[in-house]
Amino acid sequence: MTTRTVAALALAGLLAAPAWAEDAEERLLVNDEIEITLRAPAPEHLDGALPEIVSGWVYRSPETQDLQRDDFDNPGILYVDQAREVWNAALGSEGKSCASCHDDPESMRGVRPVYPKWDEAKGELQSLEMQINECLTDQMGAEAWGWDSDDMKNMTALLASVSRGMPIDVAIDGPVQDIWERGREMYYTRYGQLELSCASCHEQNYGNLIRADHLSQGHTNGFPVYRFSTTALVSQHNRFRGCIRDTRAETFAIGSDDLLALELYVASRGNGLSVEGPAVRH
Amino acid sequence: MTRFALILALAAPLPVLAGEIGPHAVTYDEYGAIEEPLTDRPGDPEAGVVVMTTRGDGNCIACHRVAALEEYPFHGEVGPPLDGVAAYRSAAELRGIVANAKQMFPGTVMPAFYKSEGFTRPGDGFTGEAATEPLPPLLTAQQIEDVVAFLMTLTE
Repeated sequence: MTTRTVAALALAGLLAAPAWAEDAEERLLVNDEIEITLRAPAPEHLDGALPEIVSGWVYRSPETQDLQRDDFDNPGILYVDQAREVWNAALGSEGKSCASCHDDPESMRGVRPVYPKWDEAKGELQSLEMQINECLTDQMGAEAWGWDSDDMKNMTALLASVSRGMPIDVAIDGPVQDIWERGREMYYTRYGQLELSCASCHEQNYGNLIRADHLSQGHTNGFPVYRFSTTALVSQHNRFRGCIRDTRAETFAIGSDDLLALELYVASRGNGLSVEGPAVRH
Repeated sequence: MTRFALILALAAPLPVLAGEIGPHAVTYDEYGAIEEPLTDRPGDPEAGVVVMTTRGDGNCIACHRVAALEEYPFHGEVGPPLDGVAAYRSAAELRGIVANAKQMFPGTVMPAFYKSEGFTRPGDGFTGEAATEPLPPLLTAQQIEDVVAFLMTLTE
């Protein structure tokens, strides 16, 4: 049934308020083809801390939500398009572009959901930013990009966009277990003069308003996000740094091992939600 | 003079005005209430409204709904509504809760507004830079008394 048919039927009084209305409104189908999982069972490793996991999209205003339904409306897609150009450009001394090894960006579908990820050869946990820089410096003979540079944010947005709809699925055991536990410890630490932990807002108070802001569960499946407050793409570490700063704390540096551990832990809380990046948020 | 100033700084890390009880000297009773006012000067409820509704001050309405402050927009839902709070809380209890609610409710999300040390990674305001304790408390003793005076007007 098309929207127009439904409207006509409703006007004619043939449809009572449908029982599924609330669920239907909550549906996010990007470009009429990518189904986004907005609610999923909480991962076992949360030990019941959340009854279910919910995308931050659910807590945004209808106007903001609508911008994510179609790429023509999503301001973050402009940056994805910029990254597509860079993808095909030879960048370093080796004369290679990303496409030289990886063909189309679409071939990277499935990468974003499993990051941050253990790199066996380097013996370290790598964010997507670190993996991109490894390609630039080790394969292409190019300069590394700044963690929070436009090139980097654009490229992570492109890699997210081609995995949209796939469930976040980061590993938390084996070689990353200690880092994951460090991230969990950070999540529950009440930092700063305001003595607030991530959990204070995003586990104990999601769904509540704090001043004019509707608190979400703080998942990272939508990153990098396009934020209206900065009218730009925002990386995960930038957001973490800002949140901890706002507890009146000495915050952590973008790209630090600390924020990388937090990135892994927070990502794991969202295992099962869809990749949404670039999502649109306040 | 420099040395003199340094000694003064070491001896009195936070300026405490005469007739005022500093964050260290506050006595909480076994329930987390503070019987003795923090200042000699009685609290001013109108000044309390400013503290409660200003982002750079207490910003109490960020978390608490207060019908009497409806003209100030965007009240939060993180803490309980404060309507009628004076009907079931004494001034001593409210003073204790505003100063450091964790004395009465361990584990509460509410920040302590009259506490200067014992923080994890204390920062210099909202700069993200490190700061050395003791920090100036979030509110002054007089501001605490002003907030308590306003809360005591919320009898219904």
